[in-house]
Amino acid sequence: MPVIDVRNLHKRYGAKVAVEDVSFAVEEGEIFGVLGPNGAGKTTTVECLAGLRAADRGTVSVLGLDPRRDRAELTRRLGVQLQASRLPDKMKVREAVELYASFYDRPAAPGRLIEELGLADQRDTRFGRLSGGQQQRVSIALALVGDPRIAVLDELTTGLDPQARRDTWRLIEDVRDRGVTIVLVTHFMEEAERLCDRLAIIDAGRVVAIDTPSGLVARVSPEQRVRFRPSAPLDDHLLRDLPEVRTVTRTGGQVVVTGTDGLLQALTSVLARNHIIAADLRVEQSSLDDAFVALTGRTLD
Amino acid sequence: MLAKLTYLELKLLAREIIVPAVVLLLPLALLLGFGFQPGANKAQHDLGGQTAPEYMAALGVGIAVTILGLSILPTTLAGYREKGVLRRMATTPVRPAYLLMVQLLIYVAMAIAAVTILIVTARILFGTPVPERFPAFLAAFVLGMGALFGIGLVIAAVAPSSKAGTGIGMLLFFPSLFLGGVYIPREQMPGALRAVGDYTPLGATLKTMRDAWMGSEPRLVQLAIMAAYAPAAGLVAAKTFRWE
Ligand SMILES: Nc1ncnc2c1ncn2[C@@H]1O[C@H](COP(=O)(O)OP(=O)(O)OP(=O)(O)O)[C@@H](O)[C@H]1O
Ligand SMILES: [Mg+2]
Repeated sequence: MPVIDVRNLHKRYGAKVAVEDVSFAVEEGEIFGVLGPNGAGKTTTVECLAGLRAADRGTVSVLGLDPRRDRAELTRRLGVQLQASRLPDKMKVREAVELYASFYDRPAAPGRLIEELGLADQRDTRFGRLSGGQQQRVSIALALVGDPRIAVLDELTTGLDPQARRDTWRLIEDVRDRGVTIVLVTHFMEEAERLCDRLAIIDAGRVVAIDTPSGLVARVSPEQRVRFRPSAPLDDHLLRDLPEVRTVTRTGGQVVVTGTDGLLQALTSVLARNHIIAADLRVEQSSLDDAFVALTGRTLD
Repeated sequence: MLAKLTYLELKLLAREIIVPAVVLLLPLALLLGFGFQPGANKAQHDLGGQTAPEYMAALGVGIAVTILGLSILPTTLAGYREKGVLRRMATTPVRPAYLLMVQLLIYVAMAIAAVTILIVTARILFGTPVPERFPAFLAAFVLGMGALFGIGLVIAAVAPSSKAGTGIGMLLFFPSLFLGGVYIPREQMPGALRAVGDYTPLGATLKTMRDAWMGSEPRLVQLAIMAAYAPAAGLVAAKTFRWE
């Protein structure tokens, strides 16, 4: 049974439709991504999940609870990191984590959490004096301090430098490995590709596709493309006879072969058997970026 | 949880060094400054028959409560909304309304501290008597605080940001002090101004506190008007308060 089940969610602000029609289900223990351009309705969707907003239509169920009706119970089991939510500048890291721990009946140990999040050296630093990455980690700590079964993280790494972003990714994987289900809102392709087990692409308030990152890529172009420069003359038939190969073309001294899964293995073994070395070998694969463009008709940002 | 929240909010307030200084020390400084002037301890006609220290003590209480209600309260609460502190709390088992409650509690405590310091200091240093009609004095203090804090809550409810909260607060702050008789004692104000001032929250508070101090009967109309401010403002604040 999915831990989160969203069906035909619809939400508007006055006349402005923020979420047209969104459905998805999140399985226990996975990192589920919600990917989409600015204004797609990602934040609104997760705010409905967290019970911060009431849906205008559709149903939302989180751990079998109705986020609005069972709000009190939900807050004990769901940790939320809101987009652009800060703390008073003069509050120290340790104070914040201990305060939020006191809000729960069975919280995580604040001291350990601070260490796990790499904030040990900042425990007595005021929030306003932390770097963007450190502030973001405090935010994650507060989302996790109630020892939740599900954590919703909205725009976790926006504004972080690449190193801080990678550190944060590692952290999220650790959290998942502890058995926490994670809903990750992002508009970074690389982040979605690296972290998410499955993801929903949302555009203009609608779900365009839901799949694993590689499934999404395969959907738009199931093809692989290999280029190389053979060290000795090569008969095209040798390649064409392979079941994995679809087309063979030559440009200059280069051979370009397209085909399905397993293309590279098939090619290298037939070349080896014929004592031909493939120089400048390059495998080109469609990326999640290509998939996104194909699915939404535009690039992210 | 509540104890921890209160303690932490108190610490945060103390870290805004300027806040406790202005609320507690500024009125005290005024009391000392005027109280030590030669001849200050004679009853003065210009001050409605009060001595300077007695007058300044009442004034200081009014100033402290006004700063808390019209400046610190709206700035802090609007800031908490702007930063998303209230929204973040809404995702935990503790309702953000507790944070408002704790804030109010702290401001009430600070106002009580200010009034105590002023009465005790005036008594010890200048021999100023403790307010003669003490229950009436307390009523004036409590109702005035309710009125000013209520108005502060309305500002916090509608101000979209901390800056806006401070701005709107200041817009009311200076006229309040003026009409309340802080810049010019009410006895020296033109009649029309005095008539208006007597029904502003601060003006009514100061007048009734001073009356009680001198032992004269506080005017019931004034007390009634003060008593109306708090629930009216509270209702507006509750109706308009935005958590995000
Ligand atoms: N409180 C609000 N009042 C009115 N309109 C809103 C509000 N919040 C969001 N919107 C609008 O609803 C739409 C969806 O917003 P939402 O914040 O859910 O998008 P998002 O996918 O999270 O975008 P981003 O990547 O910029 O965070 C946007 O057009 C936005 O302008
Ligand atoms: Mg968003």
